[in-house]
Amino acid sequence: MIETEFTPWASAFGGALIGLASVFLMWVRGNVFGATGILAGFLQPSSSTDWSWRAAILAGMLTGPLIFLAATGGFPAIEVPVSTLSMIIGGLIVGVGVTYGSGCTSGHGVCGMARFSPRSIVATLTFMAGTAVVVFLTRHVIGL
Amino acid sequence: MKLLLTYLAGVVFGLGIAISGMANPAKVLNFFDVFGTWDPSLAFVMGAALLVTAPGYMLVFKRPKPAFAESFKLPGTKLIDRKLVLGSFTFGLGWGLAGFCPGAALPVISTGNPSVLIFTASLITGMLLARWLIATTARRQDAAQAN
Repeated sequence: MIETEFTPWASAFGGALIGLASVFLMWVRGNVFGATGILAGFLQPSSSTDWSWRAAILAGMLTGPLIFLAATGGFPAIEVPVSTLSMIIGGLIVGVGVTYGSGCTSGHGVCGMARFSPRSIVATLTFMAGTAVVVFLTRHVIGL
Repeated sequence: MKLLLTYLAGVVFGLGIAISGMANPAKVLNFFDVFGTWDPSLAFVMGAALLVTAPGYMLVFKRPKPAFAESFKLPGTKLIDRKLVLGSFTFGLGWGLAGFCPGAALPVISTGNPSVLIFTASLITGMLLARWLIATTARRQDAAQAN
């Protein structure tokens, strides 16, 4: 376990930018800013025009941390308190889950919740519960 | 122009992820560890994102259509079924193991961090596997109905 500092201002500012990006994308082209959906359609596009906007948005997402680097002189902190095996299995499970669940934290948690979609509210509460269960079990029961 | 603005939406999102701490698995997992090294920061990420998006969407949806497209493309289904609930719960289990969710990991690929690259490769493998499984199941059901 790694202790992390409580950062209400930076986190709220970052969250506001995530919200702004979601509103902006809806205004520009009427799409939901869901990372799962954007990536899925990028990997298996339905047409070339469908692919190009996803490529553009992913390129933009990759640019964000580079601007952070230019402004602060360092990349954002990425501290990993889990094993590589956990990371591999976790990634696989996330990939399967978001595909069956039709969305993740950005699609359901921000965009869906913001338009009060009952489906997204159920999805968000459900995945948060799943995460809390695993963190409790790995940290306080199994003691990884 | 439309593509440039789309790119810009991605930039703002990626910057938001970088500033918020969402791309730091230690911070994300600590949010869920109320009985241990609790860090409530992520509630501020989600809270602020919703406080901007909810009224922002209301304003955007007052317009008949988006600025550069013919219609708003919102998910058609309203179904709350087993697939949604079990899928979301599964996602949660994986998020708790890895500490990354898709939207947080994708922007920080550009940092070259090995954990991010490992997570993303697994994520893509899992997504393609699930899409193949869903397509195969649908095909079998179609075949069964045809008989």
